[in-house]
Amino acid sequence: MTDLLSNLGLGFAVALSLQNVALCFLGCLVGTLIGVLPGVGPIATIAMLLPITFGLDPVGALIMLAGIYYGAQYGGSTTAILVNIPGEATSVVTTLDGHQMARQGRGGIALGTAAIASFFAGTVATVLIAALGAPLTRLALIFGPAEYFALMVMGLAFAVVLAHGSVLKAVAMILVGILLSSVGTDLETGQERMTFGFAFLTDGVDFSVLAMGLFGIAEILRNLDQSETRDVVRAQIGRLLPGVAELKQATPATLRGTAIGAILGILPGNGAVLGPFASYTIEKKIARDPSRFGRGAIEGVAGPESANNAGAQTAFIPLLTLGIPPNAVMALMVGAMTIHGIVPGPGVMTKNPNLFWGMIASMWIGNLMLLVINLPLVGLWVRLLKVPYRLMFPAILMFCSVGIYSIGSQPTDVMLIGVFGLMGYLLIKFGFEPAPLLLGFVLGKLMEEYLRRSLTLSRGDLMIFLERPISAVLFVIAFAIIAAALLPSMRKSRDEVFTEA
Amino acid sequence: MRRAIAIGVLTALTSFGAAADTYPQRPITMIVPFAAGGPTDVVARIVAEPMSRSLGQQVVVENVTGAGGTTGITRGAQAAPDGYTIMVGHMGTHGAAPALFKGLKYDPATSFEPIGFLGGVPILIVAKKDFPAKDFKGFIEAVKAGGPKINQAHAGVGSVSHSTGVLFDAQVGIKPTLVTYRGTGPAMNDLMAGQVDFMADQIVNVGPQVAGGTVKAYAIATPERAPSLPDVPTTKEAGLPGYEVSAWNAVFAPKGLPADVKAKLVAAVEAALNDPTATKRLTELGSNIPKADERGPAALQKLVESEVARWTPVLRSAVESNQ
Repeated sequence: MTDLLSNLGLGFAVALSLQNVALCFLGCLVGTLIGVLPGVGPIATIAMLLPITFGLDPVGALIMLAGIYYGAQYGGSTTAILVNIPGEATSVVTTLDGHQMARQGRGGIALGTAAIASFFAGTVATVLIAALGAPLTRLALIFGPAEYFALMVMGLAFAVVLAHGSVLKAVAMILVGILLSSVGTDLETGQERMTFGFAFLTDGVDFSVLAMGLFGIAEILRNLDQSETRDVVRAQIGRLLPGVAELKQATPATLRGTAIGAILGILPGNGAVLGPFASYTIEKKIARDPSRFGRGAIEGVAGPESANNAGAQTAFIPLLTLGIPPNAVMALMVGAMTIHGIVPGPGVMTKNPNLFWGMIASMWIGNLMLLVINLPLVGLWVRLLKVPYRLMFPAILMFCSVGIYSIGSQPTDVMLIGVFGLMGYLLIKFGFEPAPLLLGFVLGKLMEEYLRRSLTLSRGDLMIFLERPISAVLFVIAFAIIAAALLPSMRKSRDEVFTEA
Repeated sequence: MRRAIAIGVLTALTSFGAAADTYPQRPITMIVPFAAGGPTDVVARIVAEPMSRSLGQQVVVENVTGAGGTTGITRGAQAAPDGYTIMVGHMGTHGAAPALFKGLKYDPATSFEPIGFLGGVPILIVAKKDFPAKDFKGFIEAVKAGGPKINQAHAGVGSVSHSTGVLFDAQVGIKPTLVTYRGTGPAMNDLMAGQVDFMADQIVNVGPQVAGGTVKAYAIATPERAPSLPDVPTTKEAGLPGYEVSAWNAVFAPKGLPADVKAKLVAAVEAALNDPTATKRLTELGSNIPKADERGPAALQKLVESEVARWTPVLRSAVESNQ
């Protein structure tokens, strides 16, 4: 305990130096801005700013880059709520109820709730990293391929519950998502699958391309074919910040979301993407009136938002204590660290205590700054909705195109968002929901990899999934969720249950 | 992005007044065929900085990702040979690619003007920390005896750990079970947890784990030991002298570059390799600084030809046995 306090003392001493506070603020501000611009993600931004950090000392540089990362998480929720474009896989769920709230003129409350829930989750996650970072890495090591596969299966079971249309349609969308994820070069044999000889499909479909098309472009198309009176921008702005009653409603969801997100974030196998989905599923399952979900339920914003922010922060645990980057942004942080001569690995905590504890302390300071930056901005963002749609949609289109091009310099990516936009529009018209498709896409790729890896290690024996206790438990949970979703369908009330459950 | 555009606009405006015959007149694009932040990207950005200074124009890194780096290199090979587009190729794109990609649109040995070698990152043979063998000899005996029961991790077909790993298998004469991962990170995680037995990978990825004692290093595949891991013997010392391999990077330009432009680029790379800050950063990464006889276009051309000849048979048979 005294160790923890002295370590945190060291961390805050480092993070509170004038230069580092300024860098942290700069990072958070840049992160918020690029998060708000649809399409320009943290990966592209950190990559572009990397050379500029050459001149800074490593701790300051990493504090700034980390600020960009979690700042972008905040900002990404803003676009999810305002224009229905999830910046990252983790903000997909926020579009479901967050954007509905914006359409109902409760955009300010949604943004405020997201900011407060994120701040709370960030604070808890910071304490968790400081106190339990080292012992928690053991959790990462007991998760082998079989456990990850079971976890992904559980995630897909969540996706069935996610949909508020018919279960059949949701399952169909999940399968389309898994199918899309299998496009590209096969990892094990190097063979191309479903690329039809197109060079730009050799690496498969990029998540941001799919998400931007299915959500962003499709949303624009849908808005354009309706008359402007039904448009988001005409909705009343309403109150800007959540009131006491709303906070009361959101608090339990935030607590649960934080716990779920923090635990899943520690897993280096990209478990963090499941956090928001898991949180949403649980909130919907335990809600007294599940029919509110998908129609602007505040818990549907608070839970997933806290889960995604908690996960974003605990994702630093495998990076700082094991040297293993759990996602693309963290891989970039490894690059940033190596450029500055710090090679992330088990030794960072003892060899560079300044860096380790300084970064942890700066995360909390960064979260506080984000709250300070974002709450006053809520009014500004909401006023943005007042901009006539005929001016807004070309801007969104332009930012999407520029953003997607900046990631891999591929013109075909820009065309693909158009194709997926059209597809998303047709899906909405026929009553299919894009969210389960996206989850199937994200998990499909991981599932296939973990399944084949598990079976390679077990020499083809399927029992590997039942012999390992964690994997067996996760499978049981997955089946329980599916059973709970399917049982009511045996009864006559099937349609009503499915429409709302 | 915005910065790059701003620089572009500024130079477009100013270059009207400048003399038209001296290269370079405007920023130079350096294509890196991998994602930002990866090992090759880091090396490219370290070198681009001193190159910009000696050329008097910004060298802007552009990440063109895809298909094991061949998408970016193909684009580079097809660019105008005017010196305004150069690229960083590596062991994969200019050594392993012909064996792995059937419809490759370039020939590593003939489609480029070699500019300069940037050095290589040593490969280590690492095993899970409780692997019983005491030394490299014992390790080789154990993997021979274990046959397909031994699990070897690698980071995907075409990755450095795959190419160098199957080269090891071919030289030792073993056929372990290959377990595929997407990237080195997850593979390392499972090696640390003991889910797999061993892998071959770059010192930049495995060095800290070895130093931290979470995995065990049996040998380093370079002529000399690494300063950061002085206790790890070289493959030559440990009894497998033929296994010398490193993940190298080098600068290339499209074929048909004017001689004076090429000379300027060669000199800029040379200057970068003599820049103390750049060499310090490269050394920290674990990358060897090229020796005098490894520098310059002729040495690079020789390297590319020998690498293609070396990887093609090994990888062809590895990929075929996997299908």
